Amino acid sequence: MLAKRIIPCMDVDKGRVVKGRKFQNIRDVANPVELAKRYNEAGADELVFYDITASLEERPIFLDIVEQVAAEIAIPFTVGGGIRSIEDIHQTLRAGADKVSINSAAVKNPELIKEAALKFGSQCIVLSIDAEQTEPLEWTIFTRGGRNNTGLDAIDWAKRGERLGAGEIVVNAIDTDGDKNGYNLELTKAVADNVNIPVVASGGAGSDLHIAEVLTKANADAALAASVFHYSNIEIPELKNYLDQNGITVRR
Amino acid sequence: MIAIIDYGAGNIKSLQFALTKAGLESQLTNNQDTIRQSDGIILPGVGAFHDAMTALHALGLTSILQEEAADGKPILGICLGMQLLYDTSYEDGKWDGLRLLHGEAGRINDAVKVPHMGWNTLTYHNRSLLLKGIPENSYVYFVHSYAIKSYNPYELISSTDYGGKVPAIVQKDNLIGMQFHPEKSGGTGLQLLQNFGAML
Repeated sequence: MLAKRIIPCMDVDKGRVVKGRKFQNIRDVANPVELAKRYNEAGADELVFYDITASLEERPIFLDIVEQVAAEIAIPFTVGGGIRSIEDIHQTLRAGADKVSINSAAVKNPELIKEAALKFGSQCIVLSIDAEQTEPLEWTIFTRGGRNNTGLDAIDWAKRGERLGAGEIVVNAIDTDGDKNGYNLELTKAVADNVNIPVVASGGAGSDLHIAEVLTKANADAALAASVFHYSNIEIPELKNYLDQNGITVRR
Repeated sequence: MIAIIDYGAGNIKSLQFALTKAGLESQLTNNQDTIRQSDGIILPGVGAFHDAMTALHALGLTSILQEEAADGKPILGICLGMQLLYDTSYEDGKWDGLRLLHGEAGRINDAVKVPHMGWNTLTYHNRSLLLKGIPENSYVYFVHSYAIKSYNPYELISSTDYGGKVPAIVQKDNLIGMQFHPEKSGGTGLQLLQNFGAML
């Protein structure tokens, strides 16, 4: 049976892992390659790296890290942040990433998802969406680190992403990000119930229970979290034991 | 030396890194002589079926692969590379494969989410040395939207369950297919690569 996935996420700035709260107040955490090795050994099912500076000058450093990570781990990993073109995707995959995550660039140019899926295959094209609640049970897509309201309805955008050829959707809930009070279950469920591709929940994990909830009540296929793993508030082996005891299929 | 067939974009680096970890020497190549001189061949999975066959034809590699297969050289097809070993695929049309194994690839049952993405378990069928040291129900990492739908049941080594039985490992003598990515499947994947290496 297909296992639910546990995915530590690392925001990388100038070669270091950092962690923000509601996308601001960035704090330095660790060397990304060391952290990737630690998660690989702890039983993470996948890793995600976001290049949060993504300026052209920093890009070569970041791709170098992608390559170093690929050499160290034997689990899949996704790279996002500043992916704007087919050439960016090509370089990132060539450096050793298994999937690329596209966010703002897809909003600006939806055809990028389509072209990328045709060229590299849907399985390596992840649509990442940042959504914030604007009305009860209505969520709107924001870009530029949560600063720009696009006016796009989150569910419509997710469905369009699937039609364009995305192979997976990461749902980042801006409202709950960094607060450790649990994922946005309504938003995650609304997306998961409206697409037929895997959905990764992101933003708000604070405990084992939050992760169990989003994987069951909100129908997410995977749970992504950053700081609770970075600071060892949640240890992956214990988390997986907990999920298993609660009837959730996980790889152990 | 294992020749990894280079026929386009995609993440080949992880495969090279994984082979190194498994203690196996490899070379990414589309040079016909290098492929002929190799001890084994890996045909990785990249993009769409038709594009892959077109690229293999353009590089003049289809006949080499067929000759090396007939010579008994171990050939491992990974993901799309496994599907390429078969007669036919119905991915966006109807396309001929390498015809080294008899059967067809088609889209995964739409009753489940497509692509089949994530860690799933191996159920065993026929015996193979490829499974040495790997307990049944071990998890491996799958990412695919198409799968082998018709095949010779005697060639089925292992399957997984996703909207029905999905062939995960197939083998006909020196020809092997793995629908999942051994290079992304942690310790289980490295063991499978080592077991392939032991056939060389």
